[in-house]
Amino acid sequence: MTSFTKSEIAAIESVGIPKGLKASRRSFLKTSAIGGSGLLMSFALPFKAAEAAGTVHTPNAWVHIADDNTITLISARSEMGQGVYTALPMLIAEELNVDFRKMKVAIAPPDAKVYGNPLVGGPQLTGGSTSVRDAWEKLRVGGAQVREMLISAAAEKWKVDRSTLKAVNGTVVGPKGQKATYGQLAAAASKLPVPEKPPIKDPSQFTIVGKPTRRLDTPAKVNGTAEFGIDVKLPGMVYASLEQCPVIGGTVKSVDSSKAKSMPGVIDVVQIPDGVAVVANTWWRANQARKALAITWDEGAGAGVNTAAMYEGTRAASKSGTALPLKAVGDADAVIGASQNVVRAEYASQNVSHSPLEPMNFTAWFKDGKMALIGPTQWQDAAQSAIAKAVGIKDADVSVKTTFLGGGFGRRIDIDFIVQAALIAKAVGGKPVKLVWSREDDMTHDFYRPLAIHTMAASLGADGKPTAMTFRHTGQSITGRVFGLPAPVQDPLMTEAAIAGYEIPATKHDVVKHDAGVRVGYLRSVSHAVNVYANESFIDELALKAGKDPVEYRMSMLSKGPRYANVLKLATEKAGWSSAPAAGRARGVALMEGYDSYLAAVAEVSLNSDGSVKVHKLTFAADVGYMVNPDTVEAQITSGGVFGLGMATMQNITVDKGRVQQTNFNGAFQLPRMSDVPPMDVILVKSTEKPGGIGEPSVAVTIPAIANAVAKLTGKRVRSLPITADAIKSA
Amino acid sequence: MSVNFQINGKAVAAKAEPDTPMLWVIRDELGLTGTKFGCGAALCGACTIHVGGQAVRSCQTPLSAVGGKKVATIESLSKNNSHPLQQAWIKHDVPQCGYCQSGQLMSAAALLSTNKNPSDADIDAAMSGNICRCGTYPRIRAAIKDAASSMRKA
Repeated sequence: MTSFTKSEIAAIESVGIPKGLKASRRSFLKTSAIGGSGLLMSFALPFKAAEAAGTVHTPNAWVHIADDNTITLISARSEMGQGVYTALPMLIAEELNVDFRKMKVAIAPPDAKVYGNPLVGGPQLTGGSTSVRDAWEKLRVGGAQVREMLISAAAEKWKVDRSTLKAVNGTVVGPKGQKATYGQLAAAASKLPVPEKPPIKDPSQFTIVGKPTRRLDTPAKVNGTAEFGIDVKLPGMVYASLEQCPVIGGTVKSVDSSKAKSMPGVIDVVQIPDGVAVVANTWWRANQARKALAITWDEGAGAGVNTAAMYEGTRAASKSGTALPLKAVGDADAVIGASQNVVRAEYASQNVSHSPLEPMNFTAWFKDGKMALIGPTQWQDAAQSAIAKAVGIKDADVSVKTTFLGGGFGRRIDIDFIVQAALIAKAVGGKPVKLVWSREDDMTHDFYRPLAIHTMAASLGADGKPTAMTFRHTGQSITGRVFGLPAPVQDPLMTEAAIAGYEIPATKHDVVKHDAGVRVGYLRSVSHAVNVYANESFIDELALKAGKDPVEYRMSMLSKGPRYANVLKLATEKAGWSSAPAAGRARGVALMEGYDSYLAAVAEVSLNSDGSVKVHKLTFAADVGYMVNPDTVEAQITSGGVFGLGMATMQNITVDKGRVQQTNFNGAFQLPRMSDVPPMDVILVKSTEKPGGIGEPSVAVTIPAIANAVAKLTGKRVRSLPITADAIKSA
Repeated sequence: MSVNFQINGKAVAAKAEPDTPMLWVIRDELGLTGTKFGCGAALCGACTIHVGGQAVRSCQTPLSAVGGKKVATIESLSKNNSHPLQQAWIKHDVPQCGYCQSGQLMSAAALLSTNKNPSDADIDAAMSGNICRCGTYPRIRAAIKDAASSMRKA
């Protein structure tokens, strides 16, 4: 088998770059040569096709400058809608002193040493609403380093004191009118040592960061040119459709592929551990032929799983399982045990699928012992090492190029579909293979948001306020599966926002881990969504028992939480909390902290004629610390509101005989549509606190706001999600 | 055997089996990847195109149904983002992940071709077949009204 040709490498490298930003083929080939430093074009590492001197210079990992002054800023995080393709370059550009709108952006190749994410423990992973928080100082320093190196290069060139030079708008300027573009200085600058602690601006001096800024990726996303994984085109590419066992984890006993092989366009039928793939010259033909496969499955242990038993098992574990303590103040059990005024409640949160609109897909090309991977992923270095292991080659022989993600929401942290594409490509050999899942594959082979049972108790004092409260979250540890966290160790991704901001004299919070039976994954807002649902529903129930207004009740326990109190005040004022809603409507409120951001939400609801929930208005107030791009903050809060509305009222993944029952957007798992989504008001608090995360928290706060509004409206508390017409009727 | 039709003003002859959904003819045979695959069942609208000026779901439109007809995809709105809907989408910074937006734009274009001043109810009716998992609906709504307004002035 021959190696990749220069033109094949150029084809791979040009994928995923929006039109208008496409560099010349020549510069890509030359760029490859410098990839040994682990930088811009990931391809150079495995494919040393071009050893020519580079025309793109890499002073550090974040800024690449070509001789022609084309400047590329590197995003170490995947763009999945959350706006990192814009926000991260803004931070670099602020210190580099360049015209932000003229910059190109590239998503970094896998190199966790350089591009890792310390906020998630080091891997090169996009998730946890961490991108801007991690980048906040790191990228400003990264931009400042390059600025200082360019100034030093100019000082050497002009033999002047560097303190007399300024870097302005992509040009270094000297005292006697000397001028050199960054491109003219880049070669010399790249040879200088990288200053460790260059001066960076105080936020009061920012000219780019903090301003509402239009996204750099929007133009390509309104004319069909933005390249998602599913859009990858490579010379000689073939397409794969994979039949997986209807029970997740099942394996192939036997397959008769003779009919499939005879169908139009079919090139090959390939068996891999996860199933049987048909490879054809179009995806449709591959998928049609897939239907002609006759497979006998060994369904494995998963075949016995059903949702009712999953809840029963989890409920039993909540009573008898090993509790991992999170926090205890005083002796809450004793206070509750001695009280005459106790409220107890159990809340159940359902399994949910990620369902990004772009189904799972990846393109893999195996040639001469090297694997080229192109597609949408949230975890580049995991993909690289897992595929190397699966295929039996070295990490360095696997390249990963990240396209735009057609939504992520945590699903593309997992790499199952990338391994599949790689194994199919290895079997086919020499040709690029694009594996595309159907929607049915996607919904039935997800890593689902784990279901959860929350067991809550509180005693109320004479003034109605809680004297003690206990909280137990029983659910499945995702971190155990993804990172191998041992069972006896507390999972920080099960305890998010478990401890609410209220001042209660005695509290006990703990977690019971229980494997309910289906595989689970991180879904946008992760355990915030279940913990905030339980906490904020319960505090509402306590207010009702105490005969207090839910807002006043909360506010009376926030004397030491000014950021909580502020957003609660702002949201409820904006929503007109003190005035009665229109007839047939009610409002509910919720409050949380998550990802260092503080949010309050008010939902106004009524019931449709079929008894389902109609949300008329969502009002948010958010204190998310310093906002790098306030327009994106607004967009993410409303986005999470829609996501939370779906989880609260219209989404349920259920399992019977090991098979996920929902297969497309027409059953018990629905995505909100235009007619479901209300007007949303967002109040953003100006803050100089360090940035909080914003991609996820509004999902969590929306759910109990809606639940509390429905309880107020109907006088009936639905304590399990989703809150459907049937659930309300039987509450 | 092939099926002849016009795509974005150009005559083409597609060779796929006549029952092949237009979505895959457009994407894999004609190489126009702006039209997206989301559900394969006319439930999400990501694959929306125009056939004879009407918005249809290309995943449920067989090649055989477009013989002799005029087909338009997202690529037909404009390459330089000059269409009023593209302008409005940019002004309101509508897309997040962006995957559904080709379909959203094509549904919106069909709406505005027959309704120069759509109400909220008109927008709900025309756009509720298009799912956006990122939940960009409020900005889509605002952008449609904005584009309609600029088209009325033009």
